[in-house]
Amino acid sequence: MDAFLDDLSTAAPRFWDGLVVTLQLGLGGAVVAFVIAVLLGLLTLSPSAWLRAPARAVVEFFRGTSLVVQLFFFFYVLPQMGLDFDPIPVGIMALGLNYGAYGAEVVRGSLAAVPKAQWEATTALSMGSVQRMVRIIWPQGWALMLPGLNNLLVMLVKGTALASFITLQDVTFVADDLVRTMGKLFSFGCAFAIYYAVNSLLSSGMRVLEMRAQRRLGLKPESRKAVKRAEAIAGVG
Amino acid sequence: MDWSWDLAAQALPKLLEAFLRVTLLVTVVSSIGAAVLGLIWAIVLREAPKAVAAIVFRILDIIRMTPIPLQLVALYAVLLTTDVSFLTIGLVVFAIHYSTYMAESYRAGIESIRPGQWEAATALSMSKARTWRAVIIPQALRATVPSLGNWAIAMFKDTPFLIMISVPEMVTAAREFGGKNFSYGEPIILAGLIFLAASYPTAVLMRKLENRLATY
Repeated sequence: MDAFLDDLSTAAPRFWDGLVVTLQLGLGGAVVAFVIAVLLGLLTLSPSAWLRAPARAVVEFFRGTSLVVQLFFFFYVLPQMGLDFDPIPVGIMALGLNYGAYGAEVVRGSLAAVPKAQWEATTALSMGSVQRMVRIIWPQGWALMLPGLNNLLVMLVKGTALASFITLQDVTFVADDLVRTMGKLFSFGCAFAIYYAVNSLLSSGMRVLEMRAQRRLGLKPESRKAVKRAEAIAGVG
Repeated sequence: MDWSWDLAAQALPKLLEAFLRVTLLVTVVSSIGAAVLGLIWAIVLREAPKAVAAIVFRILDIIRMTPIPLQLVALYAVLLTTDVSFLTIGLVVFAIHYSTYMAESYRAGIESIRPGQWEAATALSMSKARTWRAVIIPQALRATVPSLGNWAIAMFKDTPFLIMISVPEMVTAAREFGGKNFSYGEPIILAGLIFLAASYPTAVLMRKLENRLATY
């Protein structure tokens, strides 16, 4: 037990540094992804084909070409074009664009799933398109999109584990590095626990948002079982 | 950057070779493995004693919430001294990781079966095994297959994670080629386009299948 505590006190600062990198990428990526998801999601719902078509193309492009390819593109190819960024912004950009494109589908699907009558009612009340979105459609879509966004957030945090390929020392890198001195079970055990804790925390935060959104709509929060089922059906393919 | 068609033409066969030999192989073999394991998890979660099911659920949750790259380097470190090939490690990690997601898809499919079907099987005094085999699974698959396909596409796009244990899949090949020829643009863009060319049509196909198999 003492040996374990000794190991823990030596390893803790290293893991802390790794966690800071992981969280910078994860939270930074999440913010960028959210902005992109909302923007592209709204554009793909636009009645004008001139807005819809390019937005669809961007979504399919970033969904279809794999996160690692995008990461390498930003890290290796952009400097060749004279655009040099630090590794952290590169990671945030790749994660944000990739998961933002997936998120755009969640946003689009959720807003489109708001019952037709609600859209029609806004027309009947002669609401403008901005007012309709802000006051009627978005609050209802928001409650529907949170489970999907929750899934994506977990995936995004997992995506940060590639950071060592753009020279960053994240939790996965630290674990791999500590294997030689601390042993496999200890260093990987810590890393698994850290990711699990971070993702569980973020996930329950999203669940709170979801319940709040449902309460504000006057809906009873769904049972956990129903949520799980909805998440499984939504998938993230 | 100046795009060089010459360099692109040199890179393409190398990328396609890595694509066929590793990327596609991992996707196909691990998808099948994940589909089988996922069904097993789904049945265990429903049929096993509560305590066992709770433990399995927790383990699946941990696998689902931790990154594939970490799982790759961890299994690699554990098996380093044995003569298990890196490719096998990759196959196992991908199959297990995605089986946890597929288990959820199966669960959704199983729960979509109306209770009358279970009751009818009991009324006909079918055994548990026969109920699953003859009644539940065939119907559940209808709702599950398109979702399994989507996870297989997701896995396909995650195969470059194998770079963590230097398995020579397509993006690893692209990076190597780029380093050798002092130009990353051509190989990496080509690799992205190959992913797009393979995954987009499959995704469209899955959407079509989903509509055709929808029962309600």
